[in-house]
Amino acid sequence: MDVILFTFFGLVAIVGAVSLVIQKHPISSALSLVSVMVALSVLFLLLGAEFIAAAQLVVYSGAIMVLFVFVIMLLNAGAERESRKAGLAQFLGLPLTAVLLVFASYVITQSMSNAKAVKFGAFTGGGPREVGWALFTQYLLPFEVTSILILVAIAGAVVLARKEID
Amino acid sequence: MSQLLPPGFFTATVPLNAYLILSAILFAIGACGFLFRKNIITIYMCIELMLNAVNLSFVTFSYQFGKVDGQIYSFFVMVVAAAEAAVGLAIILTIFRNRGTLQIDEIDSLKN
Repeated sequence: MDVILFTFFGLVAIVGAVSLVIQKHPISSALSLVSVMVALSVLFLLLGAEFIAAAQLVVYSGAIMVLFVFVIMLLNAGAERESRKAGLAQFLGLPLTAVLLVFASYVITQSMSNAKAVKFGAFTGGGPREVGWALFTQYLLPFEVTSILILVAIAGAVVLARKEID
Repeated sequence: MSQLLPPGFFTATVPLNAYLILSAILFAIGACGFLFRKNIITIYMCIELMLNAVNLSFVTFSYQFGKVDGQIYSFFVMVVAAAEAAVGLAIILTIFRNRGTLQIDEIDSLKN
Protein backbone atom coordinates (compact mmCIF):
# COMPACT_ATOMS: atom_id res chain seq x y z
CA MET A 1 0.00 0.00 0.00
CA ASP A 2 2.88 2.33 0.81
CA VAL A 3 4.37 1.80 -2.63
CA ILE A 4 1.08 2.44 -4.43
CA LEU A 5 0.34 5.62 -2.50
CA PHE A 6 3.88 6.94 -2.86
CA THR A 7 4.04 6.21 -6.59
CA PHE A 8 0.63 7.70 -7.30
CA PHE A 9 1.01 10.90 -5.30
CA GLY A 10 4.66 11.31 -6.26
CA LEU A 11 3.62 11.17 -9.92
CA VAL A 12 0.78 13.62 -9.25
CA ALA A 13 3.29 16.00 -7.64
CA ILE A 14 5.75 15.76 -10.54
CA VAL A 15 3.08 16.13 -13.23
CA GLY A 16 1.58 19.09 -11.36
CA ALA A 17 5.00 20.73 -11.04
CA VAL A 18 5.74 20.29 -14.76
CA SER A 19 2.29 21.64 -15.58
CA LEU A 20 2.96 24.63 -13.30
CA VAL A 21 6.06 25.46 -15.33
CA ILE A 22 4.68 24.92 -18.84
CA GLN A 23 1.17 26.43 -18.51
CA LYS A 24 0.90 29.83 -20.13
CA HIS A 25 -1.93 31.21 -18.01
CA PRO A 26 -1.27 32.07 -14.33
CA ILE A 27 -4.62 30.60 -13.18
CA SER A 28 -3.73 27.19 -14.67
CA SER A 29 -0.34 27.40 -12.98
CA ALA A 30 -1.99 28.20 -9.65
CA LEU A 31 -4.34 25.19 -9.91
CA SER A 32 -1.39 22.92 -10.79
CA LEU A 33 0.41 24.21 -7.70
CA VAL A 34 -2.64 23.33 -5.57
CA SER A 35 -2.50 19.74 -6.87
CA VAL A 36 1.22 19.55 -6.02
CA MET A 37 0.53 20.76 -2.49
CA VAL A 38 -2.31 18.29 -1.89
CA ALA A 39 -0.12 15.43 -3.16
CA LEU A 40 2.71 16.55 -0.88
CA SER A 41 0.39 16.62 2.12
CA VAL A 42 -0.46 12.94 1.49
CA LEU A 43 3.28 12.20 1.37
CA PHE A 44 3.69 14.02 4.70
CA LEU A 45 0.99 11.77 6.16
CA LEU A 46 2.85 8.69 4.89
CA LEU A 47 5.97 9.98 6.68
CA GLY A 48 4.03 10.28 9.94
CA ALA A 49 3.85 14.08 10.00
CA GLU A 50 0.14 14.43 10.75
CA PHE A 51 0.22 18.00 11.98
CA ILE A 52 2.38 19.24 9.10
CA ALA A 53 0.09 17.50 6.60
CA ALA A 54 -2.93 19.31 8.03
CA ALA A 55 -1.05 22.61 8.15
CA GLN A 56 0.05 22.09 4.55
CA LEU A 57 -3.58 21.75 3.46
CA VAL A 58 -4.87 24.66 5.54
CA VAL A 59 -2.01 27.15 5.20
CA TYR A 60 -0.59 26.39 1.75
CA SER A 61 -3.37 25.09 -0.44
CA GLY A 62 -5.92 27.07 1.56
CA ALA A 63 -4.63 30.47 2.57
CA ILE A 64 -1.61 31.13 0.36
CA MET A 65 -3.12 29.83 -2.87
CA VAL A 66 -6.32 31.80 -2.28
CA LEU A 67 -4.13 34.89 -1.96
CA PHE A 68 -2.42 34.02 -5.26
CA VAL A 69 -5.69 33.42 -7.12
CA PHE A 70 -7.10 36.61 -5.61
CA VAL A 71 -4.17 38.69 -6.89
CA ILE A 72 -4.27 37.03 -10.34
CA MET A 73 -7.96 37.89 -10.67
CA LEU A 74 -7.49 41.38 -9.21
CA LEU A 75 -4.79 42.22 -11.75
CA ASN A 76 -6.69 40.46 -14.54
CA ALA A 77 -3.45 38.76 -15.53
CA GLY A 78 -3.68 37.24 -18.99
CA ALA A 79 -1.53 34.67 -20.76
CA GLU A 80 2.18 35.34 -20.75
CA ARG A 81 3.72 36.88 -23.86
CA GLU A 82 6.78 35.41 -25.53
CA SER A 83 9.98 37.02 -24.38
CA ARG A 84 11.79 39.24 -26.86
CA LYS A 85 15.31 38.69 -25.56
CA ALA A 86 16.80 35.37 -24.51
CA GLY A 87 19.15 35.81 -21.59
CA LEU A 88 22.01 33.66 -20.44
CA ALA A 89 19.61 31.80 -18.14
CA GLN A 90 17.58 30.57 -21.14
CA PHE A 91 20.57 28.72 -22.61
CA LEU A 92 22.33 27.54 -19.46
CA GLY A 93 19.25 27.01 -17.29
CA LEU A 94 18.20 23.53 -18.38
CA PRO A 95 21.69 21.92 -18.48
CA LEU A 96 22.69 23.43 -15.15
CA THR A 97 19.44 22.34 -13.47
CA ALA A 98 19.95 18.82 -14.87
CA VAL A 99 23.50 18.82 -13.45
CA LEU A 100 22.11 19.95 -10.07
CA LEU A 101 19.51 17.15 -10.12
CA VAL A 102 22.01 14.43 -11.08
CA PHE A 103 24.51 15.64 -8.49
CA ALA A 104 21.87 15.80 -5.74
CA SER A 105 20.61 12.29 -6.58
CA TYR A 106 24.19 10.97 -6.55
CA VAL A 107 24.92 12.54 -3.15
CA ILE A 108 21.63 11.23 -1.73
CA THR A 109 22.18 7.66 -2.89
CA GLN A 110 25.82 7.68 -1.75
CA SER A 111 25.43 9.28 1.67
CA MET A 112 22.08 7.83 2.75
CA SER A 113 23.04 4.17 2.51
CA ASN A 114 21.80 3.43 6.05
CA ALA A 115 18.40 5.00 5.42
CA LYS A 116 15.31 3.36 6.88
CA ALA A 117 12.50 2.10 4.72
CA VAL A 118 9.40 4.24 5.05
CA LYS A 119 6.43 2.37 6.49
CA PHE A 120 3.20 4.12 7.31
CA GLY A 121 2.63 4.15 11.07
CA ALA A 122 6.24 3.38 12.03
CA PHE A 123 6.88 6.95 13.21
CA THR A 124 4.15 8.40 15.40
CA GLY A 125 6.00 11.41 16.82
CA GLY A 126 4.45 13.92 14.44
CA GLY A 127 1.01 14.48 15.92
CA PRO A 128 -0.21 17.88 17.18
CA ARG A 129 0.69 16.92 20.75
CA GLU A 130 4.36 16.21 20.03
CA VAL A 131 4.77 19.17 17.66
CA GLY A 132 3.13 21.51 20.16
CA TRP A 133 5.30 20.21 22.98
CA ALA A 134 8.50 20.85 21.00
CA LEU A 135 7.21 24.21 19.79
CA PHE A 136 6.41 25.56 23.26
CA THR A 137 9.45 24.22 25.11
CA GLN A 138 12.57 23.85 23.01
CA TYR A 139 11.56 26.21 20.20
CA LEU A 140 9.70 28.81 22.25
CA LEU A 141 11.97 31.75 21.35
CA PRO A 142 11.87 31.15 17.55
CA PHE A 143 8.12 30.70 17.80
CA GLU A 144 7.68 34.06 19.52
CA VAL A 145 10.04 35.76 17.07
CA THR A 146 7.85 34.38 14.27
CA SER A 147 4.90 36.34 15.64
CA ILE A 148 6.91 39.56 15.30
CA LEU A 149 7.78 38.56 11.72
CA ILE A 150 4.10 38.06 10.93
CA LEU A 151 3.26 41.43 12.51
CA VAL A 152 5.90 43.16 10.36
CA ALA A 153 4.59 41.33 7.27
CA ILE A 154 1.03 42.51 7.96
CA ALA A 155 2.18 46.10 8.41
CA GLY A 156 4.34 45.88 5.28
CA ALA A 157 1.55 44.44 3.14
CA VAL A 158 -0.89 47.13 4.29
CA VAL A 159 1.60 49.96 3.67
CA LEU A 160 2.60 48.62 0.23
CA ALA A 161 -0.87 47.84 -1.06
CA ARG A 162 -2.81 50.86 0.21
CA LYS A 163 -4.21 53.39 -2.18
CA GLU A 164 -2.59 56.80 -2.24
CA ILE A 165 -5.02 59.27 -0.70
CA ASP A 166 -4.38 62.94 -1.30
CA MET B 1 -7.93 -10.37 -5.86
CA SER B 2 -5.06 -11.10 -3.51
CA GLN B 3 -4.06 -14.20 -5.50
CA LEU B 4 -3.51 -12.15 -8.63
CA LEU B 5 -0.94 -9.87 -7.01
CA PRO B 6 2.63 -10.91 -6.10
CA PRO B 7 3.15 -11.81 -2.42
CA GLY B 8 4.07 -8.85 -0.22
CA PHE B 9 2.46 -6.38 -2.58
CA PHE B 10 0.51 -4.60 0.15
CA THR B 11 3.26 -4.70 2.76
CA ALA B 12 6.18 -3.51 0.61
CA THR B 13 7.96 -0.40 1.86
CA VAL B 14 9.36 2.61 0.04
CA PRO B 15 13.06 3.43 0.45
CA LEU B 16 13.71 6.76 2.15
CA ASN B 17 15.92 7.83 -0.76
CA ALA B 18 12.87 7.86 -3.03
CA TYR B 19 11.37 10.70 -0.98
CA LEU B 20 14.62 12.66 -1.07
CA ILE B 21 14.99 12.21 -4.82
CA LEU B 22 11.36 13.25 -5.36
CA SER B 23 12.15 16.36 -3.34
CA ALA B 24 15.23 17.04 -5.51
CA ILE B 25 13.15 16.60 -8.70
CA LEU B 26 10.50 19.05 -7.49
CA PHE B 27 13.20 21.54 -6.51
CA ALA B 28 14.83 21.26 -9.96
CA ILE B 29 11.50 21.77 -11.74
CA GLY B 30 10.85 24.84 -9.59
CA ALA B 31 14.30 26.23 -10.36
CA CYS B 32 13.70 25.65 -14.09
CA GLY B 33 10.44 27.57 -13.94
CA PHE B 34 12.13 30.34 -12.01
CA LEU B 35 14.70 30.70 -14.80
CA PHE B 36 12.42 30.34 -17.83
CA ARG B 37 9.18 32.05 -16.99
CA LYS B 38 8.58 35.76 -17.56
CA ASN B 39 5.37 36.33 -15.59
CA ILE B 40 6.17 37.63 -12.12
CA ILE B 41 3.27 35.75 -10.46
CA THR B 42 4.31 32.43 -12.02
CA ILE B 43 7.89 33.00 -10.88
CA TYR B 44 6.53 33.56 -7.40
CA MET B 45 4.63 30.27 -7.54
CA CYS B 46 7.83 28.49 -8.63
CA ILE B 47 9.50 29.82 -5.47
CA GLU B 48 6.64 28.37 -3.41
CA LEU B 49 7.17 25.02 -5.19
CA MET B 50 10.85 25.04 -4.22
CA LEU B 51 9.94 25.82 -0.59
CA ASN B 52 7.54 22.87 -0.63
CA ALA B 53 10.25 20.56 -1.99
CA VAL B 54 12.55 21.60 0.85
CA ASN B 55 9.72 20.94 3.33
CA LEU B 56 9.47 17.39 2.00
CA SER B 57 13.21 16.93 2.66
CA PHE B 58 12.85 18.24 6.22
CA VAL B 59 9.96 15.90 7.00
CA THR B 60 11.82 12.95 5.43
CA PHE B 61 14.87 13.55 7.62
CA SER B 62 12.57 13.90 10.60
CA TYR B 63 11.36 10.36 9.84
CA GLN B 64 14.92 9.07 9.39
CA PHE B 65 16.14 10.36 12.77
CA GLY B 66 12.86 9.67 14.58
CA LYS B 67 12.69 13.21 15.96
CA VAL B 68 10.13 15.96 15.56
CA ASP B 69 12.70 18.73 14.97
CA GLY B 70 12.61 18.47 11.18
CA GLN B 71 8.86 18.99 11.22
CA ILE B 72 9.31 22.09 13.40
CA TYR B 73 11.67 23.53 10.80
CA SER B 74 9.17 22.71 8.09
CA PHE B 75 6.52 24.53 10.15
CA PHE B 76 8.72 27.62 10.34
CA VAL B 77 9.32 27.47 6.58
CA MET B 78 5.53 27.49 6.14
CA VAL B 79 5.13 30.53 8.40
CA VAL B 80 7.88 32.43 6.60
CA ALA B 81 6.33 31.48 3.24
CA ALA B 82 2.98 32.88 4.37
CA ALA B 83 4.55 36.17 5.45
CA GLU B 84 6.57 36.28 2.23
CA ALA B 85 3.47 35.67 0.11
CA ALA B 86 1.61 38.55 1.77
CA VAL B 87 4.46 41.06 1.30
CA GLY B 88 5.46 39.77 -2.14
CA LEU B 89 1.95 39.95 -3.55
CA ALA B 90 1.60 43.49 -2.17
CA ILE B 91 4.83 44.38 -4.00
CA ILE B 92 3.48 42.79 -7.21
CA LEU B 93 0.31 44.86 -6.79
CA THR B 94 2.38 48.05 -6.45
CA ILE B 95 4.53 47.18 -9.47
CA PHE B 96 1.44 46.55 -11.57
CA ARG B 97 -0.10 49.83 -10.45
CA ASN B 98 3.03 51.81 -11.35
CA ARG B 99 4.18 50.01 -14.53
CA GLY B 100 1.01 48.40 -15.87
CA THR B 101 2.74 45.11 -16.68
CA LEU B 102 3.63 41.77 -15.09
CA GLN B 103 6.39 40.78 -17.57
CA ILE B 104 9.71 40.90 -15.75
CA ASP B 105 11.70 41.81 -18.87
CA GLU B 106 9.71 45.03 -19.18
CA ILE B 107 10.54 46.05 -15.62
CA ASP B 108 14.23 46.80 -16.09
CA SER B 109 14.70 50.46 -15.15
CA LEU B 110 17.53 49.52 -12.75
CA LYS B 111 19.56 48.24 -15.72
CA ASN B 112 19.79 51.58 -17.52
